[in-house]
Amino acid sequence: MAAQRDKSRTIPGTTIFDGVESRKGYRINKFAMSFTKPKNREAFTADEEAYMDSWSLSEQERQFLRDRDYRGLIEECGGNIYMIMKLGTCTGHGLYHVGAQLRGQTFKEFMATRTASGAR
Amino acid sequence: MAKVVGGIGTSHVPSIGKAYDMGQQEEPDWKPVFDTYKPVQKWLADLKPDVAIVVYNDHGSSMFFDKYPTFAIGAADTYPIGDEGWGPRPLPAVPGNPEFSWHLAEELVYNEFDMTVCQELSVEHGFLVPMNLCFPHEPNWPVKTVPIAVNVIQHPLPTAMRCYKLGQAIRQAVEACEDDLRVVIFGTGGMSHQLNGTRFGHLNTAFDNDFLDKIETDPLALTKLTHQEIMEEAGAEAVELIMWLTMRGALSDDLTRVHRNYYAPMTTGMGLIALEENA
Repeated sequence: MAAQRDKSRTIPGTTIFDGVESRKGYRINKFAMSFTKPKNREAFTADEEAYMDSWSLSEQERQFLRDRDYRGLIEECGGNIYMIMKLGTCTGHGLYHVGAQLRGQTFKEFMATRTASGAR
Repeated sequence: MAKVVGGIGTSHVPSIGKAYDMGQQEEPDWKPVFDTYKPVQKWLADLKPDVAIVVYNDHGSSMFFDKYPTFAIGAADTYPIGDEGWGPRPLPAVPGNPEFSWHLAEELVYNEFDMTVCQELSVEHGFLVPMNLCFPHEPNWPVKTVPIAVNVIQHPLPTAMRCYKLGQAIRQAVEACEDDLRVVIFGTGGMSHQLNGTRFGHLNTAFDNDFLDKIETDPLALTKLTHQEIMEEAGAEAVELIMWLTMRGALSDDLTRVHRNYYAPMTTGMGLIALEENA
């Protein structure tokens, strides 16, 4: 079997979404996936704490959600970027806001690194 | 007999769909994206395919990590527009050809590609952005479709070679169909991009252009790439590019390149290649 990954050779600044991450992130990813239903988006918007109560989230996950700390949700809780993106309709934060957080930059600083940032 | 008449490799960046829906096609930074698909639309209108097989990945629209298939095939009359978290896009539902899908499923499974068959499947940006860019769709789409979903988001992923061989098996399955269908196949996703970590926004234009060269002239070289090599060079999410190899595996080597383009305005290398079978 040809190895597809060399786990001894980590890629700097990169998290590979594999079985370890998917197990760790199962709760938060399932929570985020629930945002594909309009009634769940409405419930979250109406009362975030009550909506979070209806899911078995850890206190750390809940705090990252309250803080809109996407870096924490992805890098510490196993959040998958495609799932975490679904929170955006309710939080008002799109991919490039999340990306700037991941890079430790402001939105404006991040945008300045792009060649044609009108295509956002 | 059904035959494969052409293949398209294209990125499926979701923001393109949003820009389209907001009517931003003429805005300076978006215009190069939309304009480059115009010759491909014209080519497809002349080619008159009956069916488009679209190889894509579901980003959490119809599929989740409770059960995430490595290879799946749609076999529905209609594919509704999925809700990815921001409501369904205002596009007409996409017609399927379930008889042809079941034919392909039977051929592929007996040829040892064990597809998950989906009779209910909503489609999302991985599928819709390429369709949206390549076909007029008001009031209805001009082709029937077969969605083929590949796991490229939760490792372990199928290898690049496996994806290429799936394409070869798709070509055999198409040619085993007695109906006179003209088939085009899309390989979607990529090119270079990374959406996690401090390396968010990583691009590699040289890698992308080399991939565009080789997908046309030397796809076997690309089948040797490991996921590690693709991710190191082109970013963690660039592994989507293995789906282009399924498209290429379904083509012969007697091809004419109709169109090629590359543009990397934000966080993803947006590539496009259109290849037509000569025979």
